[in-house]
Amino acid sequence: MSQDQHDPAEESFSNSHVLDPAATQDSQETINAEMQEIHDAASGETQPRVNFPPYRSSLYRHPTKSMHHADPETIELWSPAFGNRDVHTLESDLTVQGQGEPLGERIVVRGKILDGDGRPVRNQLVEIWQANASGRYVHKRDQHPAPLDPNFTGVGRTITGDDGSYEFTTIKPAPYPWKNHHNAWRPAHIHFSLFGTDFTQRMITQMYFPGDPLFSLDPIYQSITDQKARDRLVATYDHNVSTHEWNTGYYWDIVLSGSNRTWMEGDTDAH
Amino acid sequence: MRIDQNQLDAARSGDERLVPTPGQTIGPFFGYADGFEQVHLPFRDGNHLVNPARPDAVRLTGTVYDGNGDPIPDAMLEIWQADAEGQIPQETGSLVRDGWTFTGWGRATVDNVGTYTFSTVNPGPTEEGKAPFIHLVVFARGLLNKLHTRIYLPEDTAALEKDALLSSLDADRRSTLIAERRADGSLLFDVHLQGEKETVFLQFPGIEYPDHA
Repeated sequence: MSQDQHDPAEESFSNSHVLDPAATQDSQETINAEMQEIHDAASGETQPRVNFPPYRSSLYRHPTKSMHHADPETIELWSPAFGNRDVHTLESDLTVQGQGEPLGERIVVRGKILDGDGRPVRNQLVEIWQANASGRYVHKRDQHPAPLDPNFTGVGRTITGDDGSYEFTTIKPAPYPWKNHHNAWRPAHIHFSLFGTDFTQRMITQMYFPGDPLFSLDPIYQSITDQKARDRLVATYDHNVSTHEWNTGYYWDIVLSGSNRTWMEGDTDAH
Repeated sequence: MRIDQNQLDAARSGDERLVPTPGQTIGPFFGYADGFEQVHLPFRDGNHLVNPARPDAVRLTGTVYDGNGDPIPDAMLEIWQADAEGQIPQETGSLVRDGWTFTGWGRATVDNVGTYTFSTVNPGPTEEGKAPFIHLVVFARGLLNKLHTRIYLPEDTAALEKDALLSSLDADRRSTLIAERRADGSLLFDVHLQGEKETVFLQFPGIEYPDHA
């Protein structure tokens, strides 16, 4: 299937239901200028803005009234419990789900899940999902004309260890085009879904790969206005995670917002 | 990034807290459930905390709307709640439900017209005299970070009057957090991400929403 990147009218695929048609003609330069203006006026923010107009889909989907400060009560100081009943150990290896080996660069991603006080988040569920080595998701709404891989679903889950550690074996995902604006490409990423000890710590985020040339162009990554905070989403290449003649390795620690629970002595033996 | 030993020591000794990792949008491809074909985050019976055929099963349903008042087809919702006696469940098995164990947690994706449905039980009050509620967290394409809110049961009006969160809101805003009980016993709770009827979303200590300081 041929496709002229310079003429949107020539595009031979359509996923128009996942985008804002009015916005797809904006140039990368327009998006860059909008992002720059927001970044210039911001400082020291640690989380994404929910109102970030360069990400066009956020326009009508972010709250406009102020967030209501609340103290967590009872149920909110606990999280659901997950364990070996829920997740089989093989589910953390995304390369063994098909009849054969998936295509692409085999990688291991390893790290720890901690709370703001450095306590490991133990026995908790971690879920990931991602595009394949060609930049294609197994999803009926992904019509990007890159090949699906019959041996790769791009979904995995695991339960953290006593030290908060997790590890996935997978394939390095590729960047893929989307229609936020003209010639828009997402940097390669793996989606992570995380639970803490308190349900208020529940989070979903994306892990990126070091040195991606698409970082500066991507309004989802750039919705975090501070470089130091953005860096927290980027894994480190780690040669100790790479293994001989088998996989390259990345390391990524995740910090959840602080627990509001009153911790007992002994709950904190974090080593 | 990697948290190094110095940062960890400082955090554990209480000198300096670790800064939380930023959230990001769930995006459009978090999965779907299509009959028995379910991939990515949704899983079989994820929205059935109890079997819908159980006599005490309660249907919790509603629609997720954007700022134009249009239903959105690509949101994912999770609820977390006490059981009917007000006890906090700590049983595993949410992802592989056995049909008998109440785990208190469920996950639902909205359908093509923005509607979600859970099958659950009415939570009991976790403490004497407290207003029972179901905690709700919302993720969606176009939504750059998670949003927390509460679904209060409408019945115990005395407890609702005394509730710390509800009494800090004016009547219009307060009403966005209280579910409507319908004649068939089901609970109706719509989520408005933006606009006139915007749902009250909660910011708990430790998490920042920078443009909503």
